[in-house]
Amino acid sequence: MSVKLGVPSKGRLMEKTFDWFNQRGISLTRTGSEREYAGAVNGVRGVSLVLLSAGEVPRELATGRLHFGVTGTDLVQERLPLWEQQIEPVQELGFGHADLVLAVPKAWIDVDTLDDLDAAATAFRAVHNMRLRIATKYHRLVREHLRHGGVADYALVDSQGATEGTVANETAEAIADITSSGETLRANHLKVLGEEPILRSQATLWRSRVAPVSASDRVVIDGLIAQLTG
Amino acid sequence: MITRAQTLARAAELRARFEAAGAVPVETPILQSAETLLDLYGEEIRARAYVTSDALRGEQMLRPDFTVPVVQMHMADGAEPARYTYSGEVFRRQEHDPDRANEYVQVGYEVFDRANPAASDAEVFALIAQAVAPLNLRAATGDIGLLTAAVRGLKTTTPRKAALLRHIWRPRRFRALLDRFSGRVPLSARREKLLAGDVACDAPLVGKRTQAEIDRRIQTLRDDAKAPPVSAAEVDLLDALLGVRETLPFALEQLRDIAVDLPSISSAVDGISRRAEALAARGVDVENLPFETSFGRTSMEYYDGFVFGFFSPNRADLPALATGGRYDALTRRLGQGAEIPAVGGVLRPGLMLELEAQA
Repeated sequence: MSVKLGVPSKGRLMEKTFDWFNQRGISLTRTGSEREYAGAVNGVRGVSLVLLSAGEVPRELATGRLHFGVTGTDLVQERLPLWEQQIEPVQELGFGHADLVLAVPKAWIDVDTLDDLDAAATAFRAVHNMRLRIATKYHRLVREHLRHGGVADYALVDSQGATEGTVANETAEAIADITSSGETLRANHLKVLGEEPILRSQATLWRSRVAPVSASDRVVIDGLIAQLTG
Repeated sequence: MITRAQTLARAAELRARFEAAGAVPVETPILQSAETLLDLYGEEIRARAYVTSDALRGEQMLRPDFTVPVVQMHMADGAEPARYTYSGEVFRRQEHDPDRANEYVQVGYEVFDRANPAASDAEVFALIAQAVAPLNLRAATGDIGLLTAAVRGLKTTTPRKAALLRHIWRPRRFRALLDRFSGRVPLSARREKLLAGDVACDAPLVGKRTQAEIDRRIQTLRDDAKAPPVSAAEVDLLDALLGVRETLPFALEQLRDIAVDLPSISSAVDGISRRAEALAARGVDVENLPFETSFGRTSMEYYDGFVFGFFSPNRADLPALATGGRYDALTRRLGQGAEIPAVGGVLRPGLMLELEAQA
């Protein structure tokens, strides 16, 4: 058994994660062909690299198949209701910043808060005989946020991509999505509700609380944490 | 460890007891129309019910309770008056507490009867109380109708009352609205500008909500800003009402005092008084029965009158072993024009056995 570290398998998130480890004396590399998700670790002994989709990291940590993993706070909190019992954050990595926000058409000058959204949703239901639809892929986080804010008369509709376009296409009246700059929202004539975001997310190194650990793994884990956070 | 066979045997016993009290046993499907449940409860039901689907029927939910299907069945072809009993599994998603069951057996008793609502309330409560009597549970009772009557009687605008009534079951939100309507929270600078007509928007309007709807909402906000605030005296009365938490005779005394200044609750208080007499006639010890105005405000939102629950005093970690209440409005919403006063309660035989095993 070795200590398993899971890292996003592609894109900027992978590159920035590799850079971050590199700056702390651990070099991560992808091995084999472009399409093969195998990797190597240099600079620390007893750690093996697993490349996988950022969305799968939370589950793999929660089941204990990974000891460490890099993924966003948003994915952890959406997919693991009891995340605090299953995993713990080791270090925020300082990149991959994104907020999960609620956005409505900019022309809704009467809607700035959740309170307004609730009032608009009730009136909308009376006029259109349907609930005000909010397009998102973060169903659990959005539902909890709206319940906490006391919003009723809405319906979540699933949107796995191009969520900002759903309002103009009239498949939703509002959206809840991850935004880093707000550029796409503006281009689609949407505005963020003027309150705290549903969640502030960034790429984070997590540690599983449930992965099996042998005596020799323990030494490796303590060394790795010291090297990364020291 | 309580086995499933033991739970089902206890459920059968309880159901037989309800049949002996005059109820007709009924069965309902496990798969329920998601559309009906979503229409009743909104998106929040998804946090509580398992959703499944197929290509032909679309979304279905595993029944989170029996009340909705039993009401549907009665409204479709039930004779009056009617008493029903049932037992079977219900399914509840658990996202926060892994120790709570996501599938458990309920046994219920439901009464659809126009003749004497107070007597029906007492009948259901007494039957359930007898079934759990050996467990020495703590009873809780309340009446949602008291708060709705108080809100309807406020000296304020219809839209404000409608907003408060919508959020009776969301106490935090209810409080926030009341603070706003009573002028305790100042308007934000942005809202002041909007009302003054100083907010312009250059972005085109996208989506289904029309300019007319936006204009109407701004008009509503302007009207609201002009309406006088709900008086501090009325807010104090609502607070006093929400704070009532006593044994039933003392609670009634306090409620009658409050009703002097808040006459809109008088008929609801009379109803509680009639119910107390009916409970006493059924042998319930009303002298020591707790009453709490706020009880039931965070449960399923179909209860609109009498509400009750039975809890273990030693095991605060356990959910209620029995719950029930009156749901007249639900029969109206599912009845397509028809309606009938209805009250019911459910027991959890699995939890009852668990407590007995511990004793």
